[in-house]
Amino acid sequence: MQQSNAYIITFSIILTVVLGLLLSGTAEVLKPIQKKAEELDTKKQILGAVMAADEIDAMKPEEINTFYQNRISSKVVNIEGEEVEEQDGAQVTAETIDVGKNYKKAPEDRLYPVFIFQEEGNEDAVASYIFPVYGNGLWDNIWGYLALQTDMETIEGITFSHAGETPGLGARITSTDVQQRYKEKSIYDESGELVSVVMQKGEGKDYSGEPHKVDGLSGATITAEGVNRMLKSYLEHYKAYMEKNKEGSSRMASN
Amino acid sequence: MSTDTAEKEIAIKESEALLSKRRKKLMTDPLVDDNPITIQVLGICSALAVTTQMQPTLVMALSVIFVMVMANLSISLLRNKIPTRVRIIVQLAVVASLVTLVNEVLQAFAYDMYKELSVFVGLIITNCIVMGRLEAFALGNKPYDSVLDGFGSALGYSWIILTVAFFRELWGSGSLFGIPIFDGISSLFGSDFQLATNGLMVSPVGAFIILGLLIWVQRTKTGYVEH
Repeated sequence: MQQSNAYIITFSIILTVVLGLLLSGTAEVLKPIQKKAEELDTKKQILGAVMAADEIDAMKPEEINTFYQNRISSKVVNIEGEEVEEQDGAQVTAETIDVGKNYKKAPEDRLYPVFIFQEEGNEDAVASYIFPVYGNGLWDNIWGYLALQTDMETIEGITFSHAGETPGLGARITSTDVQQRYKEKSIYDESGELVSVVMQKGEGKDYSGEPHKVDGLSGATITAEGVNRMLKSYLEHYKAYMEKNKEGSSRMASN
Repeated sequence: MSTDTAEKEIAIKESEALLSKRRKKLMTDPLVDDNPITIQVLGICSALAVTTQMQPTLVMALSVIFVMVMANLSISLLRNKIPTRVRIIVQLAVVASLVTLVNEVLQAFAYDMYKELSVFVGLIITNCIVMGRLEAFALGNKPYDSVLDGFGSALGYSWIILTVAFFRELWGSGSLFGIPIFDGISSLFGSDFQLATNGLMVSPVGAFIILGLLIWVQRTKTGYVEH
């Protein structure tokens, strides 16, 4: 049966409108729930830098929220390492800062959130500092949270996430065994220069004796390079803050 | 195959049993004899990609079942209204909407799953099984039959990917649904005994091997030969 053009056009319009309404309707209804899920996921990523993954997996969403509230405090700093409380008349909090959006600005204009993991039961004692990092992978953005011990040199832990790296290759940055490789590595060399930690080309070598190198990702060199650039650049951006809060220089900086 | 069923339909009486022999065949045919993956070799891409672990595979299987049943139902309901010249794009619009719906729901209620399956849920749109059944069956058959057909095909797809995932997770990571199986077995034999996992199973190559073996076993049993 051959339909008239008018029929085809009318049918298409009706179909488009119906499907469009259906989709935008569900998106609107589900949005608040999705937002909550996303926030929870961010908290998990932040905590992941200082806690074992299976420990976090065992926690219920409410437990994560309370744990986060009890143990993490946060502040916002600028490139000079000075604390920022408001920008353009609006108050800023670390949780509401979109690191990805800030990434598009020049490094001097960005705001840098800092998350502070506190010792249990003592709000003034810092266990480790957690810094968000952000950069480009092979296909899309990658980001993560880097936790430094109070000496501001030794890596306590790290988590990575990505938007669209290849599963099985670049996407492996999210796996625990890759992130484990960064543990206990050091970001400063002996002369006090910030060298970051560099993922090497190729995979399977043992870098346990070398404090600034970690094993690479076979088949995902560009993602690995992206990770290296991301760490290096953000450590530079946080350098001023790190210098100021280094254990020993200005003990227990205001918290 | 599609034209046969379409013609036969006219002859069938109104009072057919809810699960008559013919209708059961609609559902069971795609499970083995006409399996979308092992016989028709469709939907391979996702079968390889998501099957490293049982849990995401199960979510994927459920998503495909939902999409196929709903798509077959809606296309079948509209089958006399859909203009023939734009039918492919209409099918595509319906499938894409359903898949987006699944994706949104996952994002809201199973965020970890949403992150893990990422692009593969979206790729259900391009799963040849879905469009194939719409074009070959739903366009020419009544809604209830189409639902059964979609369910059967999706089930045929599901059991294959679940089987592949079973072996890949067991041999590749030594666990099932994230529960460590190998560790449990090893501990029964004392501390020196260790069951090794095979890294090959985690990579897509492992899926190819398992899938190939599966097709081999099945074709030996059914005697199916490609013409």
